[in-house]
Amino acid sequence: MKYMLPIVIGIITLVLIIISWVQSGGVARHEMAAANTPEQAVRLMLSEIQAHNFDAAYSRLADRDDVDKETFVREFSGSYGSLLTYASLQSFDVWGLHTSDQEATFRASLHYSTAVGQLDDVRDLKVQKVDNAWKVFWPVNNATKLPPQVIATNYLRWDVVNRGAGDEWGVQDVDSPQVRILSMNPIQRPDGLTLVGEVVNEDSVPAFINIGATLLDSHGNEIAQESSFDKIDHTLLPKQVSPYRIDFPDMRMERVKSVRMDAKALLVSASADPVIEVTQQKLETDPLGKKVLSGDLIDEGGQVVDIPHVIASYYDANGKVIWVSDGYVDQPLLPQVPVPFAVDVPPDIAKDVHSYHVTVNYYNRTS
Amino acid sequence: MRTLRTVAFIFLAAGSLAASEIHPPAQATAGKAITIQTSGSGDATFYLIGPAIASKSKVQAGSDISVDSDELQQAGRYIAILCASDGCTSADFFVTPAAANRLSFLVHPSRVPVGTANGISAVAFVHDNFQNLVLKPEPVTFSIMPNNEKPVSATRPSQNGVAWVRLTSARKEGPTKLGASIGHADEIRVVEQVAADACNLRIKADREKKDFEIETDPVHDCAGNPVPDGTVVSFTESDSAGKTTVDVPIKRGIAKIDMPIDGRAKITVASGVVTGNELEVSGQ
Repeated sequence: MKYMLPIVIGIITLVLIIISWVQSGGVARHEMAAANTPEQAVRLMLSEIQAHNFDAAYSRLADRDDVDKETFVREFSGSYGSLLTYASLQSFDVWGLHTSDQEATFRASLHYSTAVGQLDDVRDLKVQKVDNAWKVFWPVNNATKLPPQVIATNYLRWDVVNRGAGDEWGVQDVDSPQVRILSMNPIQRPDGLTLVGEVVNEDSVPAFINIGATLLDSHGNEIAQESSFDKIDHTLLPKQVSPYRIDFPDMRMERVKSVRMDAKALLVSASADPVIEVTQQKLETDPLGKKVLSGDLIDEGGQVVDIPHVIASYYDANGKVIWVSDGYVDQPLLPQVPVPFAVDVPPDIAKDVHSYHVTVNYYNRTS
Repeated sequence: MRTLRTVAFIFLAAGSLAASEIHPPAQATAGKAITIQTSGSGDATFYLIGPAIASKSKVQAGSDISVDSDELQQAGRYIAILCASDGCTSADFFVTPAAANRLSFLVHPSRVPVGTANGISAVAFVHDNFQNLVLKPEPVTFSIMPNNEKPVSATRPSQNGVAWVRLTSARKEGPTKLGASIGHADEIRVVEQVAADACNLRIKADREKKDFEIETDPVHDCAGNPVPDGTVVSFTESDSAGKTTVDVPIKRGIAKIDMPIDGRAKITVASGVVTGNELEVSGQ
């Protein structure tokens, strides 16, 4: 009888510990850690990546012999100055495509928060049961890197010497480049009015271009003003053409009587290198069922491109620009290594697309 | 405010108490000293108010007042005021610009495609040594000094201080010097005449191992001038694997790119708004 009280106290303490463990998600953690199901294995690995616990995530891989840890970490934290170096995995969705007793295939949609907005990446992951635990096969990137070498590049570079502040009035300055808006097409979208078109640098020097548009009502009053922001290739070499898109959210075409376009061009220093080739372009439906324009980017030069930015213009059968879409690529472009890209095309636009043209803009981290 | 009040007071005094007299020359030339005659006697104060000057000095009424050239550099209306014991008196006079001897020469644009009619505008503003705009007509000599060619010149009179010409750019690309001269001023500007749009843009394809090397013929404008290096030429190739596009800058007169080609392919070329020929090739 004298042991009764300590036993009761011990039992109560144990019950309280169990309750608090359950309440703090211990059951779920245990299930995840054990990875009793293929979905748990994928979710656990992605949760650990989200928490930057790369060692734990790597230990969940089934193909560790094929994937070295540094390569695996670079898949999420980026390399060189790529967009992923300015990003973090915000959330993810996982759903099964195929499941059996010993293996399964899951699709993971990864949502990164980046310096240029949300970036989505879709991966199909194979999961296999190894020693009563489910492990994930991470797809290995087999692209062969260019062996170390020197690539001679002798494309032009333009440098600008402007008129100095101390120069007398009337001393000649260098003129701004001549640019021309080739086309402008207003399109009513469910979420607002969009202007799309193309602009060309007609000059023999590089231009930094920005396109602005002002909407006017029937009385000539300004009702909205927007610019192309990043929906344009800002730096255009001589005779280069760039698509542009200007979005007016929540605007209805009926309110607009006319549009005033404004192309601003500045003379800037620029280099004709690197040349980026866009290969294997095709309009297709991606695994999520969305219409996309996909292809590969190949850096033809020897310089690493940190953040490629793809801008695509779509034309109807009459050659009119009917849409412009863009997308940032999360991987850097290494010399002559193809990097895939895909940009969305709205389904109602995709059915009218007769041809398309892709241009590549890029941003490099300045050292 | 205080200065204005003083000037107003001086004017009032000069108007109401006119006694001594002051006789400046009706007209003076910028940068040249003048002598102003006065009448009366005793100690007096001399004020000179001009477009860019206001000065005060002690003088003797009845004696000549010397105004230094430094005080008369700006053209325009000046007021000379003499205040003696018997009151103040004033007179105004005009300073005209000195001889035309300087130019502000504006040439636009700094780059122009060859063969552009009236594409170059050259405007000369005529000044004297003190930056006064010389309004009376003055002959300005404009000259064109093309590379390796004889200079050509023509004279145009200025109107209200401005003389101008419009010029058509040459058929041959390259820099040309434009000059304007008057007096000791001889200003030179350089206009870069650049090739116009590409003309007869043509491509050819050669098999290079597994790829095709696509290159343009030397790219010229319709006058035969080479299109400058750095100008972008866009290649588009369509085959069974999809479409390939690449913007290639011209290097040493041609644009060149290696392209993988799968099966039968169509290759097109364009530069800006100019399109070239179309090729059909067969890959592996």
